[in-house]
Amino acid sequence: MKNWITLIVVAAMLATLPLVGNNYLLRLASILCMYAVLAQSWNFIGGLAGYPSFATAAFFGLGAYTSAILQNQGLPMMLAWGTAGLTTLLFAAALGGAILHLRGHYFAIASLIVAEMLREIVNTTPNLTGGGMGLNLPIMRISVEAQARYFFYAMLSLAFLCTATAIVVYRSKLGFGLRCIQQNEDAASILGVNAYSYKTAAFSLSAVFVGIAGAIYASWVNYIEPPDVFDILLAVKPLVMVLLGGLGTIFGPAIGALILLMFEEFVWRNFLTVHAAALGLIIVVLVLFLPNGLLSLLRERFARLRGAR
Amino acid sequence: MIYLQIATNGLVLGGLYACIAVGFSLVWGVLNVINILHGTFIVLGSYIAYFAYVYAGIHPFVSIVIAGAILYALGHVIQAGIINRVIAAPVLITLTLTFGLDLVLNNAMLVAFTADYRSINLANPLGSLEIGPVFVPGDRIAAMALALLLTVLLYRLLRDSTIGRAIVAVRMDRDAAALMGVDVKNINAVTFGIGALMAGAAGALLSIIFPISPLNGTTFLGKAFVVCVLGGLGSVPGAMIGGIVLGIVESFGSYWFGPEHAVTISFGLLLVLLFARPSGLLGKRGYE
Repeated sequence: MKNWITLIVVAAMLATLPLVGNNYLLRLASILCMYAVLAQSWNFIGGLAGYPSFATAAFFGLGAYTSAILQNQGLPMMLAWGTAGLTTLLFAAALGGAILHLRGHYFAIASLIVAEMLREIVNTTPNLTGGGMGLNLPIMRISVEAQARYFFYAMLSLAFLCTATAIVVYRSKLGFGLRCIQQNEDAASILGVNAYSYKTAAFSLSAVFVGIAGAIYASWVNYIEPPDVFDILLAVKPLVMVLLGGLGTIFGPAIGALILLMFEEFVWRNFLTVHAAALGLIIVVLVLFLPNGLLSLLRERFARLRGAR
Repeated sequence: MIYLQIATNGLVLGGLYACIAVGFSLVWGVLNVINILHGTFIVLGSYIAYFAYVYAGIHPFVSIVIAGAILYALGHVIQAGIINRVIAAPVLITLTLTFGLDLVLNNAMLVAFTADYRSINLANPLGSLEIGPVFVPGDRIAAMALALLLTVLLYRLLRDSTIGRAIVAVRMDRDAAALMGVDVKNINAVTFGIGALMAGAAGALLSIIFPISPLNGTTFLGKAFVVCVLGGLGSVPGAMIGGIVLGIVESFGSYWFGPEHAVTISFGLLLVLLFARPSGLLGKRGYE
């Protein structure tokens, strides 16, 4: 119950942002919501089931391209977004069937390769996807401010939906089963957890919202190209955000998204040429010194304060 | 007859792929770390060879020694100072860590060397060899021979030297090795250093064939992945066979489907193999 209240209050506060904020702030908030979706989605497979997936970039790009191609064929935008989500879901379910029997490194690599392959396929089918030239999307005939608001609310709704799903899943049998798989998959199987279908469910959950986010992103920026939407960083950032916020927690991913976004914005503004190195440095520091996330630091501090009293 | 030429090209390419992958495979097999830095190490080796040639006139084949030494030192320091701290952590952690380090190193190279493609034009190229109907550029065949020589040297090192036996022991059972008096942390650092050394040497060899740019790191890394999965982990003969298979598959794939599909073909092959035989063409089942 506490989780629901937190979610609704935060979402409601964010929803009032267009009343006070300018377009720059709205853009940042839209990216924040998108990041939160990516991180939360990754948490289903990476945080709950403990499978190090790098497929986020593949799902994002697949969603973006599906929606862009459909819209260029004349499908209405919202319908194209939905279809993109569904396509990504089915893709993930099929892919999961093929690679979820792998563990550890092998799974990580297989999921990493998927984005590379999709990128190459897009590059080599210029008739359908525009290839390396990229693809333009239909432009909305509303003012710039209205567009900013529109896409902000789209991303916010998606983030809300994704987090709500997480709350439901965490308390469900599925979430419990996934945590068992993370701790000891063989033991979980013996005790009757159908590991294969649970993992596939988690993998599909980690795809569907990302696919829709990719579709919204494509409409938002009006133009997509393979290096942009299949960017390997899209697969790594979710992981960093979840590590920042705390693995396998409900609000950790969103908090991680906020921290990463603020950091990125700071680095982009001040040290443009070394932004990748800066991201690399946080990763190194994070992994070496804060493996349980920043929140764990605060929690420890609180625990110590309480203990002292 | 064209097939003979394609097969030869594939073989030459495959020898180089083996050299690219063998260090990566060693690190993965012994330390259980996927070293994302490997591609960037290779590019760094190429740059060392490039600058040695441009400013000091040292032939890239000689630069193998310089690039290898520098990269060994770098690798040893990175493992001893950074990765060893989390070596026992789950896959996700070590993989993410090397990814972070890769971002730093690659970005540093971009700033220092820019993203421009550079290439070495040898003053005295070896010309080309003609064996029956097959043409082979002399420099490429020499590079391949050197790559295979390096790979064989590594194999002998692992088989015959004390440090090599210690590395193999750690690969088999790290706790038992520690009980036998092997300094596991030190062996980790040495192994990572050797992996980097092989990457640097491979980079120096590749500098006469491929254009050099920090952006190439990912491509090399992708090749190393595929070769490792093809050949199985941590085994030198495996990497050799995996490299040659990949070289030949890519050559014929480019011929039949067009060169733009070469990457898709090799990654497709990888996915199929992961699905069917995750322990590699030579690997024993269950030993993962």
